[in-house]
Amino acid sequence: MFKKINYLTFINLFFIVVCTVFFLLPFLLVISISFTDEEALRQGFSLIPEKFSLQGYQYVFKRPGKIIDAYIVTSFQAFGGAFLSIFVMSLCAYPLSRTSFRLRKPITFYIFFTMLFGGGLVPSYILNAQYLHLKDSVWVYILPSLATAWYIIIMRTFFQGIPISLIESAKIDGASEYRIYFQFILPLSKPVLAAVSLLILLDKWNTWFTTLIYISDEKLYLLQYFLQKLLMDLDFMKNLAAEGLSSSVIESIYLPTESMRFALCVVAAGPMVFVFPFFQKHFTKGLTVGSVKG
Amino acid sequence: MRNIGTILEKNTKTRIRIQKGKLRSIGSNLSLLVLTVPCLVYFFIWHYLPMSGLVLAFKKYNFSKGIFGSDWIGFKNFEFLLSSNALGGLLKNTAGYGLAFIIVGNFCAILFALLLFEVRQKQLIKVYQTMLILPRFLSWVVIGFMSYAILSPTQGLLNQIIVLFGMERIDWYTRPEFWPFIIVICEVWKTIGLSSIMYYAALMAIDTELFEAAQIDGASKIQQMINISIPSLLSLFTILMILQIGNIFRGDFGLFYQIPRDVGVLYPTTDIIDTYVYRGLRQGSYAIATAVGLFQSVMGLVMVLTSNYIVKKIDPEKSLF
Repeated sequence: MFKKINYLTFINLFFIVVCTVFFLLPFLLVISISFTDEEALRQGFSLIPEKFSLQGYQYVFKRPGKIIDAYIVTSFQAFGGAFLSIFVMSLCAYPLSRTSFRLRKPITFYIFFTMLFGGGLVPSYILNAQYLHLKDSVWVYILPSLATAWYIIIMRTFFQGIPISLIESAKIDGASEYRIYFQFILPLSKPVLAAVSLLILLDKWNTWFTTLIYISDEKLYLLQYFLQKLLMDLDFMKNLAAEGLSSSVIESIYLPTESMRFALCVVAAGPMVFVFPFFQKHFTKGLTVGSVKG
Repeated sequence: MRNIGTILEKNTKTRIRIQKGKLRSIGSNLSLLVLTVPCLVYFFIWHYLPMSGLVLAFKKYNFSKGIFGSDWIGFKNFEFLLSSNALGGLLKNTAGYGLAFIIVGNFCAILFALLLFEVRQKQLIKVYQTMLILPRFLSWVVIGFMSYAILSPTQGLLNQIIVLFGMERIDWYTRPEFWPFIIVICEVWKTIGLSSIMYYAALMAIDTELFEAAQIDGASKIQQMINISIPSLLSLFTILMILQIGNIFRGDFGLFYQIPRDVGVLYPTTDIIDTYVYRGLRQGSYAIATAVGLFQSVMGLVMVLTSNYIVKKIDPEKSLF
């Protein structure tokens, strides 16, 4: 008995140590830096603020215009994009789940092939920028990533589990395919639709690459790109901190750049890190549904 | 005759097929086809059209002439890549990291899943899993902030610890030799939560009678692990591995761009095909970047087909397609 207790405590101890050291400390570090006085930060970052200060946050919220813009653009493309994606993909996944659909095999291949081979970055860039004129347009966040073969396959696999007799009885009663899709398939597939929407939403919320390549208009920056620019581009940081001040003043006053950076990081990433774990169950569900071979 | 046939079928089969003649079926098929049209158009424009742009790999790109008007130069772009030695290093980094992620990532995930499986308290399992999955919700940008807070040469946490132990500070962002470890740690850190949960789910699916029987026969915990738990994870492991090996030449741009912060000194160990193509695009050398991209796509295709073929030979049940 004694030996068994030891063995279990050892495993629990392992997880407690790993979780705190590797998974809690990095978060704590970022939060701590955002609350530390700039002078104290010069000595080095620490896990507990050496000198507590709200200066970073004060600077962030003094002129929040750009951050609010970024939040609006990010939310629009994430929620709007996810909704549109789910609609288009489920629309396509339904026929592919029906064995009586004659073109099922060729269309499945047509979609699946895009998972195996693609044109790559440069041809896509030329297409979007020079032929479709999506540069500096909000649609570049939505259209080029509208559908993903993998998600269509996940949905199709789920739809296949819906009893065919249900669809057939609806058809006997004279329902059209469109009506079956809207009134039977969609309401019955809430779990998979929720799971895939969350995956898309997370993906879109964390996007920054599209902005990096296609967007030069600051009004259309995504939140994550905004953050990365803060970390990599010193001038961008200084301009943001000193917005509205004349250039002669900028040189003389002191700006809490480091704490402000991390404060912005908390403001930008914080809400999602708190919200998404509540949907953890759906994420794992979405992934296990997808691992069924098709 | 056809109608009689269908009626017979209707009577004999439990799964009834409704086919009031050919017309009805065609009508139904047509409306099903209409439903797929938006997706078909999307995939044509944003996936199949760019494939035709791959001809650029064999051309000298001229902005005013466009993709299809530019002059053919044969394999000159590839010759340039081979002679400049760029491709070798890129391939080594991309595939090397891919392989390291598969080995270290799956090893850690299976280890964590096996250990989680031993934890008896349901609440604790939930807490651990939530903690482990948390990085999955972060973008590489935010992880870049974290790694900067840890690795910053003057203020970073790691250098403070090093100094505490009486050693010299290390300027991480100028020392390429450390980056293979940093990159692998970051990747495993981000992905372990989800993959360990997937392995854990596979363990939960095992019939508990197997463990009970083993226990009665006097098998120790370790023996149960080796003889029951690990073999039952093999199927999931093979599927995950094919997916990962197929993608071995497709690196995660965010990881290799945000974590090393695009520092030129670190390129020898952090430059992968994706970051190289991105820089090519930025510098306007479209044709060379397309050539590298084409190489990457072809290698990716070959890898997926081969690994799937091999798995199909071993066990057809476990192959992807």
